[in-house]
Amino acid sequence: MILEKLKEIIADHSGEEAENITAETVLTDLGIDSLTTVEILMDIEDEYGVSLQAGEIGKTVGDLIAKIEEAKQ
Amino acid sequence: MGFQIIGTGSALPAKVLTNAELSRMVETNDEWIRTRVGVGSRHIAVVETTSDLAAEAARKALEMSSTSPEDLDLIITATITPDAVCPTVAGTVQQRLGASCPAFDINSACSGFLFALETAAGFFAAGKVKKALVIGAERISKILDWEDRSTCVIFGDGAGAAVLEAGDGYLASELVTAGGDDVIRIAGYHGTSPFSTVPAEKPVVFMEGQETFKFAVNALCEHINSLCGRLGITPADLQHIVPHQANIRIIQMAARKLKLPMEMFVTDIETTGNTAAASVPIALDDLNRSGRLKKGDLVAMTAFGGGLSSAGCILRW
Repeated sequence: MILEKLKEIIADHSGEEAENITAETVLTDLGIDSLTTVEILMDIEDEYGVSLQAGEIGKTVGDLIAKIEEAKQ
Repeated sequence: MGFQIIGTGSALPAKVLTNAELSRMVETNDEWIRTRVGVGSRHIAVVETTSDLAAEAARKALEMSSTSPEDLDLIITATITPDAVCPTVAGTVQQRLGASCPAFDINSACSGFLFALETAAGFFAAGKVKKALVIGAERISKILDWEDRSTCVIFGDGAGAAVLEAGDGYLASELVTAGGDDVIRIAGYHGTSPFSTVPAEKPVVFMEGQETFKFAVNALCEHINSLCGRLGITPADLQHIVPHQANIRIIQMAARKLKLPMEMFVTDIETTGNTAAASVPIALDDLNRSGRLKKGDLVAMTAFGGGLSSAGCILRW
């Protein structure tokens, strides 16, 4: 569930096609810079009502999902 | 009684520092700066002082509003880069203009101009003044680490000013301070005391970019929503938004979150950079002189920065 929504958010900010994004995708491989990371983070916060630190985003999309699940508890 | 703005002015130093020239000083390039910050060039003071820029902006605002310096009842300057601890920039401007009213500086970093407007509003509300001059002026180039490519590419020098007259154009306003120095800190003059054991710090801008970005976007959106809510209008009812020109990406992200077109936002960061407390009044002057501002327009101004601080107001022009 989270993966599908995250694919949309990341695609929106990175210009990558959503279908090419998986849990294994490394965020920096998509050319995402530090500000884009925060932009993605802020959309996630709005979507899930969680609060994440900029340094917490992790390396892969899967890492990010784990952080969101942790923050939701 | 509140106030309305009857004249604006701005001043920029003569030297234009392009991204190309900066790229020869630090490891950076035009494309990186444009996409990460939105700046193409900025003005950097060589001979101009903060007071020189403030006085020039003030003269232009007085001229536009046909106000004589002797008619001013108050001068407030917002700055984090005064030329001296004493006298104040406002005091120097008062002398240069030939005014004789009370004059003082305030510091609320990049939100300073809006804090100064609110301070002036208090004088109007108390019936103490009929005309006031509010200035935002910076020579921020003197407190930058010119070897730190993450900060020195962002900023520029300049000043903006507004002449205020008793009226009812200042419809809603709010100030926020969230005290702390972990996100933005600029150390001050270390001093001469032989007794001090406090270690000296390099007096340059330190900024945690990602947290600053997040704070700025949220502050901009919250001020616009809250101020509009208080007036019973929606953000789409505003004609113009004059945001602090900190980073074009902050403005773009806020526009997206507020679901407003970028055209509503006044942006001049491409040619001025982030001029801290001078940024909002310079952008306001740009808008005013462009002829796009019509009598009766609703104009929101928002700023955010060190403190942490943020502020917003809505004016009826």
